[in-house]
Amino acid sequence: MTVATPTKTQYEAVIGLETHCQLSTESKIFSASSTAFGADPNQNIDPICAGLPGVLPVLNQKVLEYAVKVGLALNCEIAPYSKFDRKQYFYPDLPKNYQISQYDLPIAQNGWLEVELLDEEGNITRKRIGITRAHMEEDAGKLVHAGSDRLSGSTYSLVDLNRAGIALLEIVSEPDLRSGQEAAEYARELRRIVRYLGASDGNMQEGSLRCDVNVSVRPVGQAEFGTKVEIKNMNSFNAIQRAIEFEIERQVAAIETGETILQETRLWEENSQRTISMRTKEGSSDYRYFPEPDLTPIEVSPEQLKQWESELPELPAAKRKRYEEELGLSAYDTQVLTDDRDVAEYLEATIAAGADAKQAANWVMGDVTAYLKESKLDIGAIALKPAILAELIDLIENKTISGKIAKEILPELLEKGGSPKKLVESKGMTQISDTGAIESAIDEILAANPDKVEQFRSGKTKLQGFFMGQVMKKTQGRADPKLTNQILAKKLQG
Amino acid sequence: MSIDREQVKKVAFLARLELTETEEEEFTGQLSSILDYFEQLSELDTENVAPTTRAIDVSNITRADIVESYRDRDAILNSAPDREGDFFKVPKIGQEED
Repeated sequence: MTVATPTKTQYEAVIGLETHCQLSTESKIFSASSTAFGADPNQNIDPICAGLPGVLPVLNQKVLEYAVKVGLALNCEIAPYSKFDRKQYFYPDLPKNYQISQYDLPIAQNGWLEVELLDEEGNITRKRIGITRAHMEEDAGKLVHAGSDRLSGSTYSLVDLNRAGIALLEIVSEPDLRSGQEAAEYARELRRIVRYLGASDGNMQEGSLRCDVNVSVRPVGQAEFGTKVEIKNMNSFNAIQRAIEFEIERQVAAIETGETILQETRLWEENSQRTISMRTKEGSSDYRYFPEPDLTPIEVSPEQLKQWESELPELPAAKRKRYEEELGLSAYDTQVLTDDRDVAEYLEATIAAGADAKQAANWVMGDVTAYLKESKLDIGAIALKPAILAELIDLIENKTISGKIAKEILPELLEKGGSPKKLVESKGMTQISDTGAIESAIDEILAANPDKVEQFRSGKTKLQGFFMGQVMKKTQGRADPKLTNQILAKKLQG
Repeated sequence: MSIDREQVKKVAFLARLELTETEEEEFTGQLSSILDYFEQLSELDTENVAPTTRAIDVSNITRADIVESYRDRDAILNSAPDREGDFFKVPKIGQEED
């Protein structure tokens, strides 16, 4: 992103993201306690995650599987030999005074993902964002500051270790991002990928996806980076975008007025829509990493890697490409339809059951999505199964019913399912495509409205809509609209 | 001497240990002699030896993702210096750091 300034210096922002993603395992990364969200404080604790002496952590197999699968989905190299390390720091939410993480031999490195940026006119820009690394680590607990809702006013703190030891995958991007929009889109794509894999629910409100952002600005053309500032505490994609945009403006303004940018951590304040200084980093932190002696190294065999690779689903970027190229859908429709894997698979099942792709896409994005929002159901839970939707679309295509009738019977199909064909038959709603029947209906209408016929013939052609409406009313909407229009036009000409 | 007093002070600070001047003096000597002892290892030629982090050649020890609730969470809570209800209670946190 470039920012124009009065002194004509053009700036660009350099942005990288560190994303912590909670993996969807049942138990913790090194112990058997539950990872269920929302339990009472300290319900899901055990001697290992509470950091008692003499315990032995053992890696959860599922954590390794998810980490490798996410790594593969991010086009990373998977380390043939990987290990865990201790990262030492002191904070009350970290019971051992060190976090088990991965330092110099992370499970995945050197990957990329592709973001698709859509402007208001529907034009697409695609950009590859480098992934530096992804590594496994344990989450810390949660602090509640008693005596005040602010840290500064509290007299003591309360610690809940339910979250301590939940498996995280930290995914670090290259500083390839240049705007708040790009960063937000990167985070969205990352969430799509982990959700497609079932590796994480990616819920930002519950903290299963947390993004820390590094932002610096520099004059365009300057090779070295400016001083980077870390921003935290964004709990939506929009907040990521807005926090970065605010921070870019703040830094450019500071440089313009001759201030020095401090290397620090700032918090995004949702209420005031700004970032505030949290603390100044004293040099780079000295975490004194050393290899975790309680955990064995990890060697992913080529056979295992192949097996996991074969289990990867078609990923969002590949789906988007296929929908555009094979199904002929627009970039916008494609983005909407592939955002959620279940929705995409529903659409694909509908098409596989014989429905026209564009028709199916329209129904899924329109009425079906509206119903999902209203009923708060997942697409897999609704009674309107893909085969039923395909049958409904087919009834319209072969002119058994009109689109209007289809919309009329849709609520019942959404609620109860069943065969659309039988439903329209039992209700006598099949489309009238018999020319004779339509002609006689039109004749009756024309005979009943001689004055309007006269007006039409003397130039008031807008009245065709009135006649059309009358025919539809007479046939309870069952007359084939196209055929009716043709015959009506002919008869009105006289 | 392979470690000086300033380094001992830094390590103590990072480990959140408060040392008296006498202790600083004492540990500087002790740590130095320990480091010197390990220094003997550098006499060996390890140029063609891959770094290792462990003495036992074993890898990939993992467990299945199965939940098993710990039976005595109360004992864990009670083992802390202070608790309040279901929480561990800790002193007021000063300057944030991690």
